[in-house]
Amino acid sequence: MATIALPVEEKKKYEQEALITGAEAIAVACKLANVDVVTAYPIRPYDTVMQYISQLKADGEMDCEYIVAEGEHSQFEIVKHASVCGARVFCGSSGVGWMYAMEALTVTPALRVPMVAMVGNRALDDPGAFGVEHNDALAVRDLGWLLNWVDSAQEALDTALIAYRVAEDPRMFVPCAISCDGAFLTHSQALVNIPTQEQVKQFLPPYKRGDLLLHPDNVISVAPQVNEDWVMEVRRQNYEVTERACGVIREVYADFERIFGRKYGNPFFEEYMTEDAEVVLLGMGTLSTPTRVAIRKMREQGKKVGFVRLRWFRPFAGVELAKCLERFKAIGVIDRDFSFGSPNLSGVVATEVRSAMYTGAATRPPVLGFICGLGGREVLVQDVEHMTDITFEAAKGKAQPLTQWIGLRG
Amino acid sequence: MSTFVEEKPTQKLESFKGVKKVPHEEYYTSGHRTCQGCESAQIMKLMAKAAGPRTIVLGSTGCMYVANTSYYATPWGVPWMHTQLGSSGSAALGAAAAFRAQMRKGAMKDEPINVIAFCGDGGGADMGLGAISATMTHPDYNLLILMYDNESYANTDIQISGTSPYGVNTSFSTPGKVKRIMHHRWKKNMAPLMLVGHPTCKYVGAISTSYPLQAMNSVRKALSIGGPTFIHCLNPCPKGWDFDPVLSFELGELAVNTGIWPLYEVENGVLKLYGKTEKIANGQFKRLPVRDYLLKQGRFAHFIDEDIEYFQSKIDEMWNKWLVPGIIPLRREIEADEPR
Repeated sequence: MATIALPVEEKKKYEQEALITGAEAIAVACKLANVDVVTAYPIRPYDTVMQYISQLKADGEMDCEYIVAEGEHSQFEIVKHASVCGARVFCGSSGVGWMYAMEALTVTPALRVPMVAMVGNRALDDPGAFGVEHNDALAVRDLGWLLNWVDSAQEALDTALIAYRVAEDPRMFVPCAISCDGAFLTHSQALVNIPTQEQVKQFLPPYKRGDLLLHPDNVISVAPQVNEDWVMEVRRQNYEVTERACGVIREVYADFERIFGRKYGNPFFEEYMTEDAEVVLLGMGTLSTPTRVAIRKMREQGKKVGFVRLRWFRPFAGVELAKCLERFKAIGVIDRDFSFGSPNLSGVVATEVRSAMYTGAATRPPVLGFICGLGGREVLVQDVEHMTDITFEAAKGKAQPLTQWIGLRG
Repeated sequence: MSTFVEEKPTQKLESFKGVKKVPHEEYYTSGHRTCQGCESAQIMKLMAKAAGPRTIVLGSTGCMYVANTSYYATPWGVPWMHTQLGSSGSAALGAAAAFRAQMRKGAMKDEPINVIAFCGDGGGADMGLGAISATMTHPDYNLLILMYDNESYANTDIQISGTSPYGVNTSFSTPGKVKRIMHHRWKKNMAPLMLVGHPTCKYVGAISTSYPLQAMNSVRKALSIGGPTFIHCLNPCPKGWDFDPVLSFELGELAVNTGIWPLYEVENGVLKLYGKTEKIANGQFKRLPVRDYLLKQGRFAHFIDEDIEYFQSKIDEMWNKWLVPGIIPLRREIEADEPR
């Protein structure tokens, strides 16, 4: 088993650089965040994060309760209750493991529990595949979870710290899942700047559950039966969290930049070579790497194409995204997921982008949906070129199918 | 003792030395909407009283959630939280872990807090069994799982659970024209299952609300001994068992006196039988016929003599052939099953 390449020495004044994987970066973030209760259960590819945390505990570097559960349902239920009792918690899963925990995932936002979880995105069974697909994490998109996708180990570490700060903000108190593409991010090493403990302390105050704390000093009954009398009002409270979410996230990113000096710009999506672009591709996660390479290559050929990488899927910064996208002649959305039977049979992200554009954009550029890179299949540079060419055709006014599968074997 | 098992002190709750020594304070009071004669609500009251104020209670879905804890009318005088049907084990573990971590780090006053998770027979013997089993293997968290057993999913419409008795009429096992007996499985033997399968568990109890002093003292012992503990409580249910609510207490006694429901505890591996159960085992009390118990309940109204005899033969077997009579179904020697 791999060990932490470069242990953080807490007294170091400046950030240290270490060559670590995305999963390891999140483990380091958990240590820096002084997480109290961690629950593990094996499923590839997310589980490497739990191997690193186990080692951190064994080496005396991290002080936490580390519980190996007997299934994902228990894994998520244990930390849910720990969080209600005031502990900062960490958990995670992949693919069908995440689905096995679904009941717990459903009640966690409803109970206003600021759990932070890592999803090592993996294809759902059957048939078996270890590789990335986004349908696991996307399954909770309607339930009140905050959901984001990161594309580098550095962003994974930073986003884990940001996730705790956002989730535990008393205006929020909802869980946050950090999605990391299986293998491409969870298992790929990169140089990561590890912040100091002092910086993290400054950024991340202790979790205070306040008058919602389950403790003998605070005699409350949590989640009694409400039925039709009150459940609608309770749902409305979760809705109001989502109304506040974008503002809180913006605040936290500004603070992150101030304390750590690393700039993420717009927290919700990242633009690449879009200033003069005629068409753009849009996607989430590590497909950004081949896409950027392909775009640089196509730029050399004079093709004015850019890329928008969606970072936060929930909340979905619809108005802002629509304002960004309305200036392009066509948009090609790359979905590493499927949504069988959806409008236009498109993937989840394409459907959401179209919905946002319908209400938020002044123009009606074609929004094409591409299903690509399922089950861990690589999104190749030539796939990106192919999708770009189709998007350019649409930009010229030549009608294109609204959903196309790219990289499919003949 | 391994130095890697980090035991935490528990509250030392001495056994009540008689009903007159039991304190007046109640931590489960008015506000619940349970049925008249509900013995499951009774064990909630006894459990909360026995545990006292420095306690949190985590309640799985079931009667004791839905009928028990309505918004604006909670009966709980200690902190209480709803937990999912199969999560009583995980709930207790998570709460105990949270307290432990925060107390160690100085984020919370260091004191022993009773952590109790309860579940019904559906939540405990069926859906939550895996989580409870896992929880029973953790030596360093002090917690109690209490399973109240009304022998059916009594909140949803009375359906078969893993602890429903043989032959019972439930809404999933109504007798029909061809099959009189739709439920032919035998009740799960939960307390011994927890005991034998989990050497870490230092205390299991099998109690009944008809014996409240023993029930309360069982809770107090389970909370004082340290580590994960388990109590199985039989709770007659007027709605599910179809009897007049005035008979709740009497049926609890009959279950014991017929030998169907033995009262005992196992503390650090030592078995102690209680009351009539002890007398049955010693031969000082002759078990009453199961007929006396079964025919007081509408759920067995479809039984004919043959069914009662079969039920009786299974109870006789439990007392005459088991290695630990009434409790552990190992046998001294191999013998062929009698033809039925």
